[in-house]
Amino acid sequence: MLEFERDLDELREHIAELERDAGADPNSQVARELAVLQLELETRTADIFAHLTPWQRVQLARHAQRPHTQDYLDRLCSDFTELHGDRRFADDPSVIAGLATFEGRSVIVVGHQKGRSTAENVERNFGMAHPEGFRKALRLFDMAERFGRPVLTFLDTPGASPTLDDEKRGQSWAIAENMARLARLRVPVIVTVIGEGGSGGALALGVGDRVLMLEHAIYSVASPEAAAAIIWRSSDHAEEAAAALGLTAPDLLRAGLIDRVVPEPEGGAHRDFDSAAANLRAELARMLEELCAQNVDDLINARYAKFRAMGEHQQAPAV
Amino acid sequence: MAVRRRGGVQSYPDVPVDLWVTCRKCGGMHYRPEFEAALRVCPSCNYHDRLDAAERIALLLDDPGEFREIDADVTAADPLGFRRPSGSYVDRVAKARALTSRNEAIVCGIGPLHGRPVALGVMEFGFIAGSMGSATGEKITRLFEHALRHGLPVITVTASGGARQDEGLFALMQMARTTAAAARLGEAGLPHICVMADPTLAGVTASFAAVADIIVGEPGATIRFAGSRVVQGTLRRRAPVEDHTAEWVLRQGMLDLVVPRRELRETLGRVIGHLAPAEAAAPARVTAKAARV
Repeated sequence: MLEFERDLDELREHIAELERDAGADPNSQVARELAVLQLELETRTADIFAHLTPWQRVQLARHAQRPHTQDYLDRLCSDFTELHGDRRFADDPSVIAGLATFEGRSVIVVGHQKGRSTAENVERNFGMAHPEGFRKALRLFDMAERFGRPVLTFLDTPGASPTLDDEKRGQSWAIAENMARLARLRVPVIVTVIGEGGSGGALALGVGDRVLMLEHAIYSVASPEAAAAIIWRSSDHAEEAAAALGLTAPDLLRAGLIDRVVPEPEGGAHRDFDSAAANLRAELARMLEELCAQNVDDLINARYAKFRAMGEHQQAPAV
Repeated sequence: MAVRRRGGVQSYPDVPVDLWVTCRKCGGMHYRPEFEAALRVCPSCNYHDRLDAAERIALLLDDPGEFREIDADVTAADPLGFRRPSGSYVDRVAKARALTSRNEAIVCGIGPLHGRPVALGVMEFGFIAGSMGSATGEKITRLFEHALRHGLPVITVTASGGARQDEGLFALMQMARTTAAAARLGEAGLPHICVMADPTLAGVTASFAAVADIIVGEPGATIRFAGSRVVQGTLRRRAPVEDHTAEWVLRQGMLDLVVPRRELRETLGRVIGHLAPAEAAAPARVTAKAARV
């Protein structure tokens, strides 16, 4: 539990206790007290979540109980069939991918997958994909184009795995090849940042016709720790880095780098997986409908133009 | 004559320190005129020292006098109002401009290689460690688009610390943007050759550079995805001691060639001769493809 959630949780526990004692009479003293506390909980939650600092959003995006890709797939898709392996080296459990039905349509889904328990996190490398994870994704992108199926991706990673073994297997190459493929893929691609959008490891699944972000998700050039290591030469300055990087969903919408912020239920997606998924479903369904109706050449030209426009520069006389 | 010791090496106050060069890799001391004549390649360890963009262009083209720079006026904005403990991003850019006499961390233009015009983009490491911000990405994208319009092969020379943190997600998106532009060039049948010089790191390695048709490493160049500070910051352990040199990356199967500097122009010219469309046919073919985009 996060520090700023603790007060709210105490209040919640208190309410639960009173509810057990309240009985059926809506006019009892206890029932009236309950109503007051309920209101206080709502007001305080709303107040805290209306003024989240960037670092608090980073904490929410990484919340241990936050829904991950698999949780969304369970709620958005009726028949997810997971497909494994890159047919080159190995199966990487930090990326899950497969076939599914979304709103009556066959789609290819690909996402980073974090674990919840320590054991699962070790198995899934904390959602930090290896090159073979990205190459599994690439294999499915190819399949999506071959069979004319749209692609939905879900971003939730601190970053690509940076070990020596990852370097040996060409981590940079894996990321770059995915971006190149996605940029030109002749089917609709919708990207959703559901938790942590960490650096190149996120972008390797992040080039699409639409880019959505959950309200408390983050998306950053480097994880706050990595950015702090680069800028302050110590990852202890992660909180300052988070504030400086402009990595929250509202910031990025204002910057024009994402298309839409998907609202989360009160208190964050981890408090109510179903509502979070329902909100996302509504946005994805609408966008997919719209994109599937487009001519494919127009689609990839618009995708090129979309990323082409990302950046701010100015003119200066040659030095 | 008074002798003082400086960095463990004897030097004389009336002799310009500039006359001697210390190899960045092995620490060997070399007489500068000889070192320059050897194209800044260390005679002891074969490390290929960093070149600035002008030196690189002079090395690569048939006649550097014929190099026509494009987009020299494109420079960084400050989308986040970013400030480091050491100062503002605006000041960093101003200092970099003064230091390098460039507006950005890449110099782009058209010039002749083996008698054929090529689109050449050379990163300027002296400009904020060759980091890629929006303006850098804009110039790289324009270079690929220019080459596409005119049916030219592209040569990029990378020397970069990666994405420029001071621009946040704007910097990350330059990876997608430049890679998309490179991919579109490939669809038109125009080759892209990338020379990875020292150092080529992170957001530049993992974008337009890694999707080149031919990737050439310079001997001894550090080429890697995660810099040691990032590895230490995220994994909380010391970065692996491996070298990550071009030769090592070649053995992993990620580079096509490692080419000594003296042979670079000849090699690039030969490779492009094989891959680039015959010059007379090129414009028509590209126009047909480009009409779609």
